[in-house]
Amino acid sequence: MALLDVEELSVTFARRGQRAVRAVDGVSFSVDAGEVVGLVGESGCGKSVTSLAIMGLLPRQPGLQVGGRAVFDGTDLLQLDDRSRRDIRGRDVAMIFQDPLSSLNPVVPIGLQVTEVLTRHRGMRGEKAAREAAQLLDRVGIPDPKRRLKEYPHQLSGGMRQRALIAMAVACQPRLLIADEPTTALDVTIQAQILELLKDLVRDSGTALVMITHDLGVVAGMCDTINVLYGGRVVETARRRPLFRQPRHPYTVGLLGSVPRLDAGRGERLNPIPGSVRDLLPWPDGCAFAPRCDRRVDACVGEPPELVLTHDGRSYRCVDPAPVAGLTPGEEVRAAAPGQAVPGSAPAQAVPGDPPAVPGLAAAPSEEETP
Amino acid sequence: MFRFIVRRLLQLIPTLFGLSILLFIWLRRLPGGPETAILGERGTPEMRAAIRRNLGLDEPILIQYGRFVRRMVRLDLGTSISTKREVTTEFLQRFPGTVELTVTAMVIAIGIGIPLGYLAARRRGRFLDHASVGGSLIGICIPVFFLAYILKAVFSENLGWFPSSGRQDPTIGATRITNFFVLDGLMTREWDAAADALMHLVLPGMALASIPLAIIVRITRASVLEVLNEDFVRTAEAKGLTENVVRRRHVLRNAMLPVATSIGLLTGGLLSGAVLTETVFAFSGIGAFLADAINQRDYPVLMGFIMIIAVVYVLVNLIVDLSYSLIDPRVRVR
Repeated sequence: MALLDVEELSVTFARRGQRAVRAVDGVSFSVDAGEVVGLVGESGCGKSVTSLAIMGLLPRQPGLQVGGRAVFDGTDLLQLDDRSRRDIRGRDVAMIFQDPLSSLNPVVPIGLQVTEVLTRHRGMRGEKAAREAAQLLDRVGIPDPKRRLKEYPHQLSGGMRQRALIAMAVACQPRLLIADEPTTALDVTIQAQILELLKDLVRDSGTALVMITHDLGVVAGMCDTINVLYGGRVVETARRRPLFRQPRHPYTVGLLGSVPRLDAGRGERLNPIPGSVRDLLPWPDGCAFAPRCDRRVDACVGEPPELVLTHDGRSYRCVDPAPVAGLTPGEEVRAAAPGQAVPGSAPAQAVPGDPPAVPGLAAAPSEEETP
Repeated sequence: MFRFIVRRLLQLIPTLFGLSILLFIWLRRLPGGPETAILGERGTPEMRAAIRRNLGLDEPILIQYGRFVRRMVRLDLGTSISTKREVTTEFLQRFPGTVELTVTAMVIAIGIGIPLGYLAARRRGRFLDHASVGGSLIGICIPVFFLAYILKAVFSENLGWFPSSGRQDPTIGATRITNFFVLDGLMTREWDAAADALMHLVLPGMALASIPLAIIVRITRASVLEVLNEDFVRTAEAKGLTENVVRRRHVLRNAMLPVATSIGLLTGGLLSGAVLTETVFAFSGIGAFLADAINQRDYPVLMGFIMIIAVVYVLVNLIVDLSYSLIDPRVRVR
């Protein structure tokens, strides 16, 4: 049983007099202990809303509906009352946000923002909490932590602020860490440092990490398993290497193809996916990506594409996926079930040669390796 | 910090200088003069001229102004034309009453306004929100003297909970030290005198609090709504902090910044006197006295009082600016 099992999560925002917006439309994925799972997609695909829904941090407003399940260690986080949810947040499940400056309270010293977590969940106070906070800052690589504890967010650099936020998140050694685009607001050299830090923390503590990003470079460097989201649904799930080597869903193909390459010839144009994420077909009417898809066939419209589970443990939601050499589509399909199969649970042994996420779990040969 | 205070105090000098020139010109341009107020319609031109000569009003205006400035430098504000007493004495006797009234009103306005504004923001769109926003609109619209009469009729005349006029029951025979009646009572341990003075403050304080209360509710509500959307509040929630800590440390502390500014401006405004409230409750502060001085064309009183009020206004806002830098570390006074 996985550490976190998200099943058919849906989030709907309804406003009086307006059509309800289904920001997340049946997302399912799972995260094992010690695993790094990526949620990837364009802005507006529902990846941030997914994480906020799991944390119970969506703004409380009339017309908000959250459905499905998010089972963490046997408890459905979505069913918890406010109090037990507050007990779990910050202690067992922690989160790191996008913009470190606006995510820190400008009028409270860094020290108190770290120690308040220790006080809340570990009952530490005064000198003891301050010592622990200094150790935490030291662990995330902030030099001269004693002095930094007394400083305010505006006195720290961008990378330092993100480190401080990470220190607050890992203060109670959570078992699950959700990072919502943690490097977007930072410049490239700092990005690399922060990612390195996250990797170290995950490796040292065995914390599971959900990495939410639109940056495929981040995905390539960090994630064991990747879920590609489009229009509020997971459209493809695969281990890192197969996904980059052999993307199946046309959207994934487009995403990978649109990454600018340094080794491209001079004057070569970038390859964006045509249209925008707003050209969305509602899922019940067919594949949401169909209006932008270059592999569109008649079967794309009419009813939602079924989830296809392949022999190598991957899954995608497409009726006409990108072909794999030496394999006819009929051969590879192992199961197809609309909304019943649990995607995102690609077994670790599915990909030989890819180091297993869980230490001690050896890679086993799969029945069918796609070259 | 110290240099900031000194600089702000030095800025007072040109401010006061400019204010005194404007005031001088404005007062002299008012039709009529003290002689009309003293003699009424029946005075002969000779009698009027005699009074003007007596008061030194027949001299050229520049010489009058020069005399005023020379006295000001020695902190001598002259003598009231109508009461024949030193302006400073009149001020020191009446201003404590106004200060007590202002403090009472602001304690009520802040004590109710900030919690109400916070709750309205938290229950946005629900009954309490609509009630407090609507109520604050009424609070701004309702004429203060009308509210004062209603309060007096209900709580004093009908229910008899509070005294209806004055600052203290004269039969108590309280000792005077600072003319702050509540403070005097506490200092001399005349508890009954302090309590009585406090009771006298309640109704006029409530009447005077209505507008500041309404403004504080609205500003707090708007400010809290803005802060609730900030990312750092979400971070605080993500840490699993209790609602109490999130509210106090993360929401209110940030939401207080604009509220502090408006509190400074409102307090300064109240300190310049509340004519209508003081009149309805026969409360001897500077408001009613200033209104009389305008009718009497009591130039020394008007000049002196307005100059001192200007100083007080600047000081109050200086304190607000200093407190601002205490709440918000990004605002460092230099």
